[in-house]
Amino acid sequence: MSEAIDFDPPFLHPDYRSTVLRAPQRPLVRLPREWFHRSTGPVFGRIPVSPSDSDLTRQHPGEPQGQRIIVSGRVVDSDGRGVRGALVEIWQTNAAGRYLDPADQHPAPLDPNFTGAGRCLTDEEGRYRFVTIQPGAYPWRNHHNAWRPAHIHFSLFGPDLGSRLITQMYFPGDPLIPLDPILQSVPDPHGRQLLVCDFDLETTVPEWALGYRWDIVLRGSNATPMEDRD
Amino acid sequence: MPPFTPSQTVGPFFGFALPFPDGERADPGEGALRVEGQLLDGAGEPVSDGLIEVLAPDQFARCRTDPEGAFHVWVRKPAAEGDQAPHLDVIVFARGLLKHLVTRLYFPDEPEANAADPVLQAVEPTRRHTLVARAEPGALRFDIHLQGPEETVFFAV
Repeated sequence: MSEAIDFDPPFLHPDYRSTVLRAPQRPLVRLPREWFHRSTGPVFGRIPVSPSDSDLTRQHPGEPQGQRIIVSGRVVDSDGRGVRGALVEIWQTNAAGRYLDPADQHPAPLDPNFTGAGRCLTDEEGRYRFVTIQPGAYPWRNHHNAWRPAHIHFSLFGPDLGSRLITQMYFPGDPLIPLDPILQSVPDPHGRQLLVCDFDLETTVPEWALGYRWDIVLRGSNATPMEDRD
Repeated sequence: MPPFTPSQTVGPFFGFALPFPDGERADPGEGALRVEGQLLDGAGEPVSDGLIEVLAPDQFARCRTDPEGAFHVWVRKPAAEGDQAPHLDVIVFARGLLKHLVTRLYFPDEPEANAADPVLQAVEPTRRHTLVARAEPGALRFDIHLQGPEETVFFAV
């Protein structure tokens, strides 16, 4: 199997203060990859996914406040092949920059028509698509006057343990991006760019919603054999 | 060949999104084993905003930690595979972890299989115990230390 470039952040990135007491200090134990990749299929089948879970604007009686957007893309493996049947879970703030989570105490309004959580499975080509609302920036206490750039959290589960990924997707042109210690923990500028989606006129639906495109490359291999379609 | 999408932290605010009903019950049957533990940081303080996932070939559990850093799941002991002793894969996410961590839970009632397990053998002898759960009344105990003298062994996958 081919090896792709690793742009992951280090565990310890002191500018992001919470890493200081949580980053492991011993090196990871590296073992032959096949010792870990033994599942023959996805194990996440117990997680309920219904088709309506991919439209975050229709989970309540009314429409949420904010700019309606579509976020769509492809989940591929390191050989560029679509990963079909991958579980994609997202969560985000509402338009005002507030999470529904009770742990979020930012004094911005909640939206009774927006939860901010969605799920879907990728299709035969590895594609996913969510309809949601443009999330807001919000303050945090990492350092003086710290603000997180608007982002959507993505959790991905492909066919095996090696493909597990949780990450965050950012929006192009956000002035907070260079100031964010979490995104800046990715050491290489090209790696950081991989976490920024592209505005996409083809995904944009006329008179309805702006479209963004974001492709995701997972580690691991396709446990389910499929033909090369590229 | 495309580069891998980099990891980012799960952050503190996943609690309304990632947990799902009965997520901690990988095995809902009556004979399931209860595994409980605590997620601790380098100061020995509980990590109250962690997410633990436990996997075996046909089992999956997900549990967020509580204010004491505690988690629990219900599982069954998987069969041995080849020369590997029965074990569960464990994934750890938390605020402050820019990448998730992967470790393994081995069973205390399998001393012979554990002694022959190639993964345990690849780990320094003084750290192997961090991968073996302890038998307690009614449960197996598996604490996870992110840092410190008892730092759990984590694997590159």
